[in-house]
Amino acid sequence: MAEIQSNEGGGKHKKGGSKQKKISVFVDFTPMVDMNMLLITFFMLCTSLSKPQTMEISMPSNDKNITKQDQSEVKASQAITLVLAGGDSVFYYTGQPDYKNFNSLKLSSYDANGIRAFLLKRNADAVAKIEDLKQKKLDRKITQEEFTKQASEIKKAKGTPTVIIKANDRATYKNLIDALDEMQICDVGTYVIDKWSSSETFLLKNFRTRGSLSNNIAK
Amino acid sequence: MSKVKVARKSTRIDMTAMSDVTVLLLTFFMLTSTFVKKEPVQVTTPASVSEIKIPETNILSILIDPKGKVFMSMDKQGDMVETLTKVGADYGVTFTPAELQKFKLLPTFGVPIKDMKAFLALKSEQQDKVLANYGIPTDSIDNQFKVWIKDAFVANSELRIAIKADQKTPYKVIKSIMTSLQDLRQNRYNLITALKNETAKK
Repeated sequence: MAEIQSNEGGGKHKKGGSKQKKISVFVDFTPMVDMNMLLITFFMLCTSLSKPQTMEISMPSNDKNITKQDQSEVKASQAITLVLAGGDSVFYYTGQPDYKNFNSLKLSSYDANGIRAFLLKRNADAVAKIEDLKQKKLDRKITQEEFTKQASEIKKAKGTPTVIIKANDRATYKNLIDALDEMQICDVGTYVIDKWSSSETFLLKNFRTRGSLSNNIAK
Repeated sequence: MSKVKVARKSTRIDMTAMSDVTVLLLTFFMLTSTFVKKEPVQVTTPASVSEIKIPETNILSILIDPKGKVFMSMDKQGDMVETLTKVGADYGVTFTPAELQKFKLLPTFGVPIKDMKAFLALKSEQQDKVLANYGIPTDSIDNQFKVWIKDAFVANSELRIAIKADQKTPYKVIKSIMTSLQDLRQNRYNLITALKNETAKK
């Protein structure tokens, strides 16, 4: 709809005897805007702006040929086992499973006062150091690479807890992600997702029946 | 009373500036966005505080719906064709070039190999409808999922596995998927999550 307006014949602007025609060019952009708006709407609806977040995990190898030497043993004093059971419930116990005392398995929750509080307390040393490091990074005293390197050193240092995550079949994927998330929040460097074993089944049953199974053992 | 003379003004608005703005916006959207892949099932991913972004290329994404149905998608069409040919060879099914061509254009696939030929013969609208009823078999007797993954890695060894599962998916399903992957010595994956703004309260 481009239109060329010529002023001749209007008489209004006629000035003297200049014979050259004054041509003003006016292009109507309305259809162009219409089309652009349509395209923008299309792009807004059909695309996703942000790339999804991911969590990187490495699982232990399933290889049966691994020798005992390659397997990493966890010190009982540093081990914390998270037991993810159905119905969004989570339990934990420290060290070796204690079959005699049903109270060794503790009921916890996924919110801030649950396993997070416990893990932060257990990992207080590393958490404090990481906080320090973060502050240093914010003050631009160290670079990103140094930060990553030092952070992973702190997380893997001696004395930090090792968390073993065990989920049963009734736990959901969200539970697993929540548990992994806590590892990140609490700066736990070493954690592993392990297979559910009979000892967890026993502990859970024992907990739910308030120690009747361990009484059976005692007899 | 004399009438107030209203000056006749043309109502034409200059749209040039508006056009400038829209073109700018359009350019922005075209450059920053990535297209949403059509997924056969609705999946709500759980939230996490992790801030790692997914890598751009060489992604093999595994989509798991709440009922445990498994679908796969790959970002390179060449790899998809190679994978299908290999999986077909493993199960004694050969595909015609036309079928391969159709398979190449699928955004997500997840059909038992014996139904693949029938599925590829369908029109694409029908494919979308029926795909949600299928899913790659993952049970221990007929673990086609494992074969798919194995062949995908033969086609492209630099693939990264991204698992996208619904938050209500039972752990049992996730476990069987992870065990299959571990059997193939694939031990590193990305779990796709949504962003959660939460920091440790200390």
